[in-house]
Amino acid sequence: MAKTGIYTFIVCLLIGVTAYASFYVAPTESTMGLVQRIFYLHAPSGMTSLAAFLVSFIGSVGYILTRKPRWDWLAVSAAEVGVAFCTVVLLTGPIWAHPAWGVWWAWDARLTSTLVLWLLYVAFLILRTMIEDADRRALVSAFFGVFTFLDVPLVYGSIWWWRTQHPQPVVFTSAGLDPTMRKVFYLSWLSLTCLMALLIRQRYELEQSREELRTLEQELEAH
Amino acid sequence: MPLLSNTAVLLRKELQSEYRSHELLTTASVFILIVIVLFSFTFDPTSAESRQFGPGLLWLAFLFSASLMLQPCFLKERTNDTLSALRLAVSDPFAIFLAKLCANTIFLLVTELLLLFVFAVFYNVAVLSVFPKLALVFFLGSLGIATTGTALSAISSQARMREVLLPLLLMPLLVPVLIPSTEATKALLEAEPTLRWDWLGILIAFDVVFLTALWLFGEYLLEE
Amino acid sequence: MSQRIGRPAGFKFNNIEKRFGTLYALRRVSLEIAPGECVAVTGRNGSGKTTLLRIASQLTRPTRGDLNFSGLSDGDVPSIGYVSHAVMLYDELTAEENLLMFARLMGIPKPEKRAVTLLEATDLASRAKSLVRTFSRGMKQRLAIARALLQEPGLLLLDEPGTGLDTESMAWLVNTVRGLRDEGRTIVMSVHGESALSQLATRAMRLDAGVVFADTRSGATFQAVFAGTEA
Repeated sequence: MAKTGIYTFIVCLLIGVTAYASFYVAPTESTMGLVQRIFYLHAPSGMTSLAAFLVSFIGSVGYILTRKPRWDWLAVSAAEVGVAFCTVVLLTGPIWAHPAWGVWWAWDARLTSTLVLWLLYVAFLILRTMIEDADRRALVSAFFGVFTFLDVPLVYGSIWWWRTQHPQPVVFTSAGLDPTMRKVFYLSWLSLTCLMALLIRQRYELEQSREELRTLEQELEAH
Repeated sequence: MPLLSNTAVLLRKELQSEYRSHELLTTASVFILIVIVLFSFTFDPTSAESRQFGPGLLWLAFLFSASLMLQPCFLKERTNDTLSALRLAVSDPFAIFLAKLCANTIFLLVTELLLLFVFAVFYNVAVLSVFPKLALVFFLGSLGIATTGTALSAISSQARMREVLLPLLLMPLLVPVLIPSTEATKALLEAEPTLRWDWLGILIAFDVVFLTALWLFGEYLLEE
Repeated sequence: MSQRIGRPAGFKFNNIEKRFGTLYALRRVSLEIAPGECVAVTGRNGSGKTTLLRIASQLTRPTRGDLNFSGLSDGDVPSIGYVSHAVMLYDELTAEENLLMFARLMGIPKPEKRAVTLLEATDLASRAKSLVRTFSRGMKQRLAIARALLQEPGLLLLDEPGTGLDTESMAWLVNTVRGLRDEGRTIVMSVHGESALSQLATRAMRLDAGVVFADTRSGATFQAVFAGTEA
């Protein structure tokens, strides 16, 4: 309990420092100005969501191989956290794009791929709500989770190649990052990853409590 | 090899069933036709525009049609619990999937090639000269749709709201099939047709990945 | 019914538990069926009879516990014939096509001959080329049993095989099961109470709420098992 508290404190601290650094330490970008600072939230969120989906994939494979419920708890927790970070990317995208480039949305490779990824994992979560039996739900969604994650590189690849064939003005670029900017970027990445781990952990424990409650209810009913 | 012979027996059964009822082919073809006609009301089908938008519309129509056609795939095995009979009889449960996905690929391919001609007539696009190459693109795309669709049919047959669930799960998964198929088809319908092996490569990669995944994990979907 | 008999197999449940969501279908069931026994399993609806048979047929995986087979040579896979509530046949195929397909899947040598033999034995030869869709319940049940016998199983699992049968079909069923029992095959059948079918059994057990309530093997009398009392 205390350990979680300390960890939460550290994460909050890291995020606080990152926020400060994003606004006051990182130099202002020459063309876009203030709005460019959202990059420190936008880009690392994307990477963090991918990391969360990888964890979810591990959970799915783990469940298929061992049938132990905790792998299923991991899969759903990580998927939800991944969707959350994905949502951040999709919301910060337009917020950045409109003042900087005058468009709300640009079908650039990374953003489009993130959108598809978001759709995939939202589908995963919806699938889970459609199956009542806990064991069936765990096995079926584990299978879909594997399929979904295997699709991720193919989605990125096909969309990237599509964009290469039909080039559009490149937005959301992190090219030409000055050293201080780079440091703030890595700091942000670190704190968001720590936040991801914390959120997955909390969600996992929630799922664990729910299942334990359900098991207790069953055993009570049985006697 | 028992897997291949089992698959052949089951494939024959799937084809025999469809031959007797024509349900899947008829409904799929008519559906695609309806979509093509409706789309023509939304933009002017002059020849130049058709060549640009046509492939995309065609593949979208194929995807929607597939998501409807794949619904009964595993659902019909539930009516008389024939799925249990199959599981008891076959030596490798993957044969059940392999037979169904081969059958589905064939059904999809037949309806697609048929509707390709309808499309060519409606939109004045020349397809005969590039027909074999188009058939290759359609085959690789259909294989991808059938592989994932067959697996997802097994999933959705176990869930609620399965009619809506199957398209919802299938469509995002098929983005890496939609893009290459559309692009490759577009390239073949141009004034100077080219066979784009870069796009076909992605389709082949998709097919290999998901066939392998189904082979490794498919039997867990059939468990009780 | 047939000349050769597959080696009779028995099975053993070790602390088998099966849970479907919040429902316990079987709780800590341990039992042993010896090769050659003819067992009638009775109990109310929902007592776990179907689950017991489905786990024995390996169609359903138990949540806990394990299943072992006896009476087999090393490395042999048990040859099981299973007849369930559902007909497990393809409506859109003929009787002959159904049997042929399953025979080919099972790798049975000379499948055409085997199909013809079984159709004759189940009195369906005249309807061999008719679609199963046109069959009555009794005929479908006969074909289902023919399918179960394709592999000459050493273990037959029948789930309420008499349900929905008219007197004539029922008489045929009793006769057939008697013949199979006398050939030495292991038979486990779930029944709904005493009947001509249950009287063929050499052993009876009662399931109640997922546990074995009474067993003639453990000393209960046949009447007690079917009456649902402990004695």
